[in-house]
Amino acid sequence: MAQIDLEEIAHAYMADPREVSDYALKRIHNVWQDGGAYALLGPSGCGKTTLLNVISGLLTPSRGRILFDGRDVTRLPPEKRNIAQVFQFPVLYDTMSVFDNLAFPLRNRGFNEKDVKKRVHEVADILDLAPFLGKRAAGLAADAKQKISLGRGLVRRDVAAILFDEPLTVIDPNLKWQLRCKLKEIHEQLKLTFIYVTHDQVEALTFADKVIVMYEGEIVQIGTPQELFENPVHTFVGYFIGSPGMNFVPFALENGIARVGDAEIFLGERLAGVAGTATGELKLGIRPLYLEVHGKKVDQGVEARVKSVEDQGSFKILTAIMGGHPVRARLAEDEPVPQETAWLRFPTDWIRLFSDDRLL
Amino acid sequence: MKKRTLGLIVYFILLMLPIYWMLNMSLRTNADILSVFSLYPRHFTFENYMKIFTDASWYSGYINSIIYVSLNTVISLATALPAAYAFSRYRFIGDGQMFFWLLTNRMAPAAVFLLPFFQLYSTVGLIDTHIAVALAHCLFNVPLAVWILEGFMSGVPKEIDETAYIDGYSFPRFFTTIFIPLIRSGVGVTAFFCFMFSWVELLFARTLTTTSAKPIAAIMTRTVSASGLDWGLLSAAGILTIVPGALVIWFVRNHMAKGFAMGRV
Amino acid sequence: MDKWEDNRAWFLVLPVFIIVAFSAIIPLMTVVNYSLQDIFGPGQRVFVGVEWFKEVLSDKRLHEALVRQFIFSGLVLLIEMPLGIIIALMMPKKGWGASLSLVMLALPLLIPWNVIGTIWMIFTRPDIGLFGAGINALGIAFDHTASPSDAWVTLMLMEVWHWTPLVALLAYAGLRAIPEAYFQAARIDGASAWAIFKYIQLPKMRGVLTIALLLRFMDSFLIYAEPFVLTGGGPGNTTTFLSIYLVKVAVGQFDLGPAAAFSIIYFLIILLLSWLFYQVLQNVGKGEA
Repeated sequence: MAQIDLEEIAHAYMADPREVSDYALKRIHNVWQDGGAYALLGPSGCGKTTLLNVISGLLTPSRGRILFDGRDVTRLPPEKRNIAQVFQFPVLYDTMSVFDNLAFPLRNRGFNEKDVKKRVHEVADILDLAPFLGKRAAGLAADAKQKISLGRGLVRRDVAAILFDEPLTVIDPNLKWQLRCKLKEIHEQLKLTFIYVTHDQVEALTFADKVIVMYEGEIVQIGTPQELFENPVHTFVGYFIGSPGMNFVPFALENGIARVGDAEIFLGERLAGVAGTATGELKLGIRPLYLEVHGKKVDQGVEARVKSVEDQGSFKILTAIMGGHPVRARLAEDEPVPQETAWLRFPTDWIRLFSDDRLL
Repeated sequence: MKKRTLGLIVYFILLMLPIYWMLNMSLRTNADILSVFSLYPRHFTFENYMKIFTDASWYSGYINSIIYVSLNTVISLATALPAAYAFSRYRFIGDGQMFFWLLTNRMAPAAVFLLPFFQLYSTVGLIDTHIAVALAHCLFNVPLAVWILEGFMSGVPKEIDETAYIDGYSFPRFFTTIFIPLIRSGVGVTAFFCFMFSWVELLFARTLTTTSAKPIAAIMTRTVSASGLDWGLLSAAGILTIVPGALVIWFVRNHMAKGFAMGRV
Repeated sequence: MDKWEDNRAWFLVLPVFIIVAFSAIIPLMTVVNYSLQDIFGPGQRVFVGVEWFKEVLSDKRLHEALVRQFIFSGLVLLIEMPLGIIIALMMPKKGWGASLSLVMLALPLLIPWNVIGTIWMIFTRPDIGLFGAGINALGIAFDHTASPSDAWVTLMLMEVWHWTPLVALLAYAGLRAIPEAYFQAARIDGASAWAIFKYIQLPKMRGVLTIALLLRFMDSFLIYAEPFVLTGGGPGNTTTFLSIYLVKVAVGQFDLGPAAAFSIIYFLIILLLSWLFYQVLQNVGKGEA
């Protein structure tokens, strides 16, 4: 178990990086607490797998240092770092039994056979693999195989962190949920540092205590799922998290009112004050969940033309055009849906203002 | 790492020695070769190569070989790809027996089969055509191609096929646009082996041809005359027989080295 | 991996079946037919039953050739398989070094077999050949035309030189097909280079190595052109392998009946041994299940 310090990490795959865009990781400077469950979330190519490989030691970063509990491990190879990794596809030693697979990391480190046996049985019990120990690993289902990969990490008592690189990609959708619960349970039981890479926000939000959102080689926000949902610090986070993502409309500030085309949104004194200090391009953001929809004119309501309504089962998504921009609202299943014209109300508590894509 | 490179260099030097010797001899006259031992050609001559390039009975041998070898490679790959897919993905009546039977066709001692082969191809009127040799070489190349390709295909997780079929791909479209690119290293290796085995085979090629499709390997045996072998000419011809195959492997080398990247679906 | 059960897969195999059967079945039937008859000339033949088989099986020179053949093929496999794997492991994974290695490996394979024997004939000559002259310069008397042991050494060297690249190419292609994640996982698990070889590389190469082993076995068992050109089966009969003897019977004595019986027996030996190799390799490592 360990606290992980990332000091000024940057990495470029090319030998001679010149411009900022040459870097797959631009600047990562962070401390990850011992025993935390972290999820690295971001779209493909955002640098999350690169960061994972820097932590596991499969890559040496171009710049910066990594400390595990204060010990500099930047130049150490993976086997000296006490980390374990579960890959996207199950990686097993096909010719070995499940027992031998789990025992492999211990035997390589010269443990005596008695300790190996005891530890393998403990871990097999935790992972519900005990009935399969004598079987050949190659014949098992994908979820059992991924558990074995995880088990090879868990058998080592000294393991500092377990890294997961999109581990549920090959798992049946109905088993994904089970396996995710199992991971969460193991995390609570063993209090290991878990780092989980995914592009699936549902996985990230249900698995992690802290979600690290990455975008174009940078960490844009670290926070609990709730923080990311309510207070995204960057428009990317607002857009990426939540389904559908946050609404963003560019606006101009006029006498405490946000003007969007011909529509006017009431901001209130506090928000207007904040917006007044900004110098960049202004955007107003609001979660579809918090946007109020009315069938007739209401106080501070903005008139909008209804474009479409999608039924998502337990809720509906209404898309309306307001001041030339589409905005979406989430309606409960039993809420009335306006036909052609809707009046949208923006509760000032839930309005977030952004200048040049950064939260004000 | 250093020791490994050194070992490899020593091996390749040893591997290249006989070929260097052939190159050395190809640049000398026969009389020169037979009279003195020399590590390099002292009296450099292109005479041997000139003879091959100007004499139609020589260079047509290369053209004939290239034609039937290319035909054979194309036929072998085209028929073996779907068959290898069937063996790697499906269970069907007689699959195991069929798979092994294919390979048994490489096991027949050619010497005794030559006469029946000649009779068969005479009956269907194919003697002295390129297609006859190409078809005869399918006997050992098609089974080889099926075996090599099946090995590579079995390494591709079946989930990839399932996903593609669920996404609405038809079999031909899935096979050509997704599956073959995935095993391109295997296709490259197979193409090279088909080319190679067909290129060096002599007995069938010589038996089934008389003049208009005669292969280079058969023409090279003509260098044996009453006065003994013309070593210089034979070596030059030998060096030139390496060239087409070397080009083939140059083109497929990246496919061999690349392997396939799992998970890039 | 569980396979789908579907007999329509036969349609995918059909083209291969037709094209191979065309060249395989009729000639085989003809040879079986010959093996049961005594042929004096066109249209003059007598059915003799299994007479030729009896004669061939009691032929002492054939027994000797068979023993020689087993020793030769055994040595070929023992040397070429490990050597080919070692070379494949040493080769660079990418870059110009990989390209150069692949092309160089392929060169010996591309020379027609009769030419290989001829080139080695002069290569090993003590007066004008590099190898022969080199060995003599080291003070070793070497003459493959007079000494049976020298003839064997020369043949083995030629064989290993010629065919190890085939094993190396197949093994290399097999190695490159192993996903990088396996090596990453093994590093994290603290596996030694030997453990990586034993538990990842070797099992993952099983398919290509099966092919390499069967090919090398069959082709070395059928070897004809190279030793025939290099030693002509001599000195004496010391390098007369099965194929060379078969041609002596078939062509030298114009005796198609016994030759046909001989080749059928020959074929059956290869078939049996290949099948055994195949079964063993298919089940190796599956035993613990």
